[in-house]
Amino acid sequence: MTAVAEKQVDNGVNVAALLGAREALTAAPEAAKFNWRASCSWVNGTHSRTSVKGFFGLGQEQSHRSEFTFDVDHPEIFASEDHGATPVELVLTGLAGCLTAGVAAIAQLRNIQLKSVKATLEGSMDIQGILGVDSDVRNGFDGIKVKFDIDADASREEIEALVAQSQKRSAVFDIVTNPTNVTVAVN
Amino acid sequence: MRTAVVVIGAGHAGLAMSRCLTGRSIDHVVLERGEVANSWRTERWDSLRLLTPNWQSRLPGYRYDGNDPDGYRTMPETVEYIARYAEAIGAPVRTRTTVTSVRRTDGGYVVVTDQGEWRCRAVVIASGACNVASVPALAAAVPASIATSTPLGYRNPDQLADGGVLVVGAAATGVQLADEIHRSGRPVTLAVGEHVRVPRLYRGRDIQWWMDAAGVLDLRYDEADDLARARNLPSLQLAGYPDRRTVDLNALTSIGVKLVGRLAGVRDGKAQFSGSLRNQAALADLKMNRLLAAIDEWAARTGLDGAVAPPERFAPTAIEASPPLSLDLARGEIRTIVWATGFRPDYSWLDVPVLDRKGRIRHDGGVVDSPGMYLMGAQFMRRRKSALIDGAGDDARELAAHLASYLDGRRIEARAQRETLGGQNLRPAAAAL
Repeated sequence: MTAVAEKQVDNGVNVAALLGAREALTAAPEAAKFNWRASCSWVNGTHSRTSVKGFFGLGQEQSHRSEFTFDVDHPEIFASEDHGATPVELVLTGLAGCLTAGVAAIAQLRNIQLKSVKATLEGSMDIQGILGVDSDVRNGFDGIKVKFDIDADASREEIEALVAQSQKRSAVFDIVTNPTNVTVAVN
Repeated sequence: MRTAVVVIGAGHAGLAMSRCLTGRSIDHVVLERGEVANSWRTERWDSLRLLTPNWQSRLPGYRYDGNDPDGYRTMPETVEYIARYAEAIGAPVRTRTTVTSVRRTDGGYVVVTDQGEWRCRAVVIASGACNVASVPALAAAVPASIATSTPLGYRNPDQLADGGVLVVGAAATGVQLADEIHRSGRPVTLAVGEHVRVPRLYRGRDIQWWMDAAGVLDLRYDEADDLARARNLPSLQLAGYPDRRTVDLNALTSIGVKLVGRLAGVRDGKAQFSGSLRNQAALADLKMNRLLAAIDEWAARTGLDGAVAPPERFAPTAIEASPPLSLDLARGEIRTIVWATGFRPDYSWLDVPVLDRKGRIRHDGGVVDSPGMYLMGAQFMRRRKSALIDGAGDDARELAAHLASYLDGRRIEARAQRETLGGQNLRPAAAAL
């Protein structure tokens, strides 16, 4: 054994389990089909509350350990009561959480010890779109900037490779960079 | 008709296998639907040259002996090279013989052709890895006003309507077609997903020379970290231009080609491009720099540093601040779409249950999951160079040995003949791609 192989790296990610899952799901791709769910109730004004608990995966119903709820609202300058984050901030939250989880998992896989990881996100938007002022302006972000500050036992190039690979494997990065069919129905 | 072995396909791979079988006095025929080197004759665009230099086309008992070892063969030269090989080795080729079915029988296979049936104990599939141009499902949503083409049908830019062209895919085919179509006066937009960037020349030598010398091309399939990924890697962004120029994204941008992200969808007549272009470029730059660093390390270790030019690094891929995310195909700006989105083999004639759920042959280093059946010429089949002309020899030698043992009724493990020559030294360079 070399000194390198004995290096104990622990980012709190169970890589063996992830690799095992990848192997198992390659053999049984049906089990890889997941359904993620959220349910949302209007509270008042622009305030709503969304909860997540159950989801489907590995061929059966699954559940979070407990129900998580998210209050969604808009700030007072939008004439709202500001009971929670805006929906677009939650999109940034999702992207940040996804990329950061990816950085940790890939670092573990590549035997890189992380000391700290901080992501700062910025989504720019021209609200003429959502207000219907100018139909040439899109509703959504016109761009998202993510900045990572990472302290780890690795070279700058290795850290850049971690961040690049994390984007490549990220669900939310894919969701925000590629079109998705959205079907909305009324019961 | 009876023989011990039927080899399907008289390209370089089938012929290399034929030479090895002859060397072992194993009775066989090579069935060829057209003429020797058929797909090189009929399925390539006019300007295409091999992506490997002339010296790098060593086949069992045959090598380049011309006076331009560093040049790149045109298609007629490639056809001539392979046809001469068939003659030189006296390969028992039956041309104009199309295989319509292969099925198992007791103790062997029946190979049905339009020129009669062959019964044999073993079959070698060397029918090529690029029989069909893969076109993504979203092509169905492209408006009828747009003409479309694939690399198998494309010959030269003059076939295309005047006006803009969207080339989809930036592997070797996509970058070459983008380059020549744009230079023909048809403005090209290039949709770029995952790609592999390399310089044509590095430190004064061909990148293929480095990869050959440093052992990168010899990395074995059972030593690759992620074989599935290695087998699906897009081809290197290379062209065999006589001026040996690099044809990476920066080179294309410099002549005016417009880069956009991977084509992710077509909705309401609008092409939608992924916002991942910057990351795809970053990944390719990082990967290239890892390869170059591994080459530098190998050069230093083997004492080459004085003999070649000093290490160099290339400018990062330049991506504009906000690449467009959509393009209205109805606006008339784009007249043609060229799908440079890869190729796949055609196994529609194969009536032996050896295909996986994605239609790929199940095999262990070319030993197919059906006794007495072998594969040749597939991407990273036994080693990284398996799909190159230069890679057919080592694979054919090993698989012919396996096949001979099979005919003798001996069991043999596919991986038993592992080469150890230099293996340990080459590992860092070999793993870099």
